[in-house]
Amino acid sequence: MMEAVEHPLLKYLRAAMIPHIWCSGCGNGIILNAFVHALDELQIDLNKLVVVSGIGCIGRAAGYINADSFHTTHGRPIAFATGVKLAKPELEVVVISGDGDLFAIGGNHFIHAARRNIGIKVICANNFNYGMTGGQVGPTTPLEALTTTTPYGNIEHPFNLVHLAAASGATYVARWTTLHVRMLTASIKKLLQRKGFSFIEVVSPCPEIYGRHNKMRTGLEMMEWFREASVIANFSDPAKAEITPEKIVVGEFVDIEKPTYEQLLYEKMAKLMKEESE
Amino acid sequence: MAEKKAVLTGVHFMSGDIACAEGAIAAGCRFFAGYPITPATEIAEHIAARMPKVGGIYIQMEDEIASIAAVIGASYAGLKAMTATSGPGFSLMQENIGLAVMTEAPCVIVDVMRGGPSTGQPTLPGQQDVMQAKWGSHGDYEIIALSPSSVQEMFDLTVEAFNLAEMYRVPTLLMADEVVAHMWEKVVIPPAEEIKIVNRKKPNAPPGNYAPFMPDDDLVPPMACFGEGYRFHATGLTHDEHGYPRTQDSDVQMRLVKRLCDKIRKNADKIVRVEEVMIDDAEVVVVAYGIVARAALSAVKKAREQGIKAGLVRLITLWPFPEKHVARAAEKTKAIIVPEMNCGQMVREVERAAKTTPAYHLPKLGEEPHTPLEILEAIRRHS
Ligand SMILES: Cc1ncc(C[n+]2csc(CCOP(=O)(O)OP(=O)(O)O)c2C)c(N)n1
Ligand code: SF4
Ligand SMILES: [Mg+2]
Repeated sequence: MMEAVEHPLLKYLRAAMIPHIWCSGCGNGIILNAFVHALDELQIDLNKLVVVSGIGCIGRAAGYINADSFHTTHGRPIAFATGVKLAKPELEVVVISGDGDLFAIGGNHFIHAARRNIGIKVICANNFNYGMTGGQVGPTTPLEALTTTTPYGNIEHPFNLVHLAAASGATYVARWTTLHVRMLTASIKKLLQRKGFSFIEVVSPCPEIYGRHNKMRTGLEMMEWFREASVIANFSDPAKAEITPEKIVVGEFVDIEKPTYEQLLYEKMAKLMKEESE
Repeated sequence: MAEKKAVLTGVHFMSGDIACAEGAIAAGCRFFAGYPITPATEIAEHIAARMPKVGGIYIQMEDEIASIAAVIGASYAGLKAMTATSGPGFSLMQENIGLAVMTEAPCVIVDVMRGGPSTGQPTLPGQQDVMQAKWGSHGDYEIIALSPSSVQEMFDLTVEAFNLAEMYRVPTLLMADEVVAHMWEKVVIPPAEEIKIVNRKKPNAPPGNYAPFMPDDDLVPPMACFGEGYRFHATGLTHDEHGYPRTQDSDVQMRLVKRLCDKIRKNADKIVRVEEVMIDDAEVVVVAYGIVARAALSAVKKAREQGIKAGLVRLITLWPFPEKHVARAAEKTKAIIVPEMNCGQMVREVERAAKTTPAYHLPKLGEEPHTPLEILEAIRRHS
C-alpha cells in the first residue's frame, strides 16, 4: 500500500481554512504559492511571522497562511502592521493586500509607512479592479478599461505603483506578473531579507471579473496579455514604468538601504533609558 | 502592581491631559499612536516626552484611522496601547473601534470632548459624544466608557480604563472634556505597589489546542499574542471560536455577537461605578457626570443649606449605563435633573431607568460648563 505523503509546503498553509474562496484562473493562488515557496527556501520561522491583510479577494491570503495573521478593516493593514512591527520589531511583518485596499482607501497609510521606512513588507495583488465587490473601477484601472462602474470606459488616470512606492521612500521596489513565478519568488525572498519598507506589485489576473469585462475571459488569456506586454527592465526609471495595454515593465526598481523607523526609535529609547538610569 | 520606575509617586500639580498620560504609563501602557487635536494634544506631547524613557513607543500617525489601527496592532503584539483624540478624530476612529470590539483587542481610547458637531468649538468643553461612545461603530456591541470629573480622576480612571480593557478584552473609552483636560489641580500618584494593575489572561492551552476566541466562564477568551508560537488568525468577519470566518452561519453570528454583548452586560455590576451623595432622603436627585458633576455637587450642597432635600448620582461609568443605581435613586425621589453639555443625551438613559419619575434635562452649549447656581435654580424649580 502506498503511504500518504504530505505536500512539503502544507505546513505553511492553514488547512482548516481551505478550500479557498478564489475563482479558477485567479492569480491570487500563484502569489500565495510564490510566497510560501519563498518562506520555505528561506526557512522562515513561522512563529516569528505575522501576515496582515485588508479586505478584498486577496485579503483572504492572511487567513490561509499558517502564521499569526490578522484580517483588518478595508484599507488599514499597513497601519495595523505598523503597530505590530514597532511593538515587536523582531517579528517579520508582511502585508498582503489589493490595489484598492492599499492605494485607494488605504493610500495614505502606504505613503506614510514608506516615508517613515517602517520595516514592513508589502505585497500588492494588482488585478486592476475591486474583485471582491464585483469589479468596480480602482486606482490602478487602465484608461478606457471597462468595469461595472465605468461602463463607457475609464476616464481616471491610474497610479503607477512602483513609481509611487519609490517616490514615497520604499527601500525595495519590484513589479512582476503572475507569469514571472520564479522571478517573483526570488523577489519575495529579497523582500523578506530587506530591513526597510519593501514593496512588490504583482500584476495578477482577475479573469472572472476584470477579464470578463475586457475581452480576456480566462486566466490563460490574461496571462497571454502579460506575456506579450511584459518587458523586464531591472533598475530602470520607475517613473517610466506606467502600465499600458502594450507594455508592462517588470523587474526590480529600487534596492537601497537606509535606517528604519524602528531602528532609530529603539536606539533613541535605549539612549534615553540609559541616561535615566544614570 | 504597577512598575516602579514608571510611576511618579508623589503629590503633583498637573493638567488633566498630563495626568491622563501619567495614568497610562503607570497602568503599563507602552504604546501610544495618535494625531494632534485640541484639547487632547497635550496627552500626546507628554507621552512623546515620557514614553521612550520607560521603554515605550510613541508614534504620530497620519490620521486617527491609522492611530487606532496601530493601537490594535500593538495590542495584538502584546503591548498595552492607547490613543487620544477629540470629536473629529473620534468620528474617524469608529470603524476600527468596531474592529477592536470584534477581535477583542484590549485598548484605551481617550476622547477629550469639545463642542461639535464637525469642527465645532475646538477650545470649549462638550459632552456631545457620549452617545457616539456607545453607538458610534456599526453593528451591535457593548463597550466600557468612563467619565472623569477631576484631574485626579484623569489619572485614576485612565489606570482603571486599562484594567477594564485588559480584563474584558474590550476597547475602553475615557470620555473626558476640555475643562478636566486643561484644568490644573493637585494629583496624588500613589506608590507603585498600591496601584492595582490587571493584565490580560494568557492561554493555558499549548499552541496546538488553542482556540483564540473560546471564552472562559466569564465569557472572555484568554489572549495569546503575536510571536508567542500560537499562530492564530483573527478577523473582523464573523468568526468561530477558532477565529475562522463563518459569515454565512447564523448560529455563529448569534453566539459571537451575543457573547460580545454579554461579557459586558453580565459583568455590569462589577464594572459600573457611581458616586452617590445624600440620595437616601433626597426629593430631587441630580444625575451628572464629568466636569458638570462638580457644579452639581456644590448645587446639591447649597440646596441642602437652604433646606431642600437634594442628592447627586455622579456617573463614573457611562457605559454600561449605571441602570440599577439610577433606578434605585429614582424610586425614592420626586424629580431628577440631568445637566449636560449637550442637547439631551444621557438623559434618555436616565429616563429609561427612572421609569415614572420625571427627568428634566438642563442643557448647556457653547460656553463653560453649568454653574452651581444654574443647577441650584433647577433644583429649586423641581423641589
Ligand atoms: C470601509 C469599507 N468600504 C467598502 C468596503 C467594500 N469593499 C470590500 S473589498 C473592496 C475592494 C477590494 O479591492 P482590492 O483591494 O483591489 O482587492 P481585490 O478584491 O481586487 O483582491 C471594497 C470596496 C469595505 N469592506 N469597507
Ligand atoms: S473575483 Fe477576480 S480577484 Fe477575486 S477571486 Fe475571482 S478572479 Fe480572483
Ligand atoms: Mg483589486
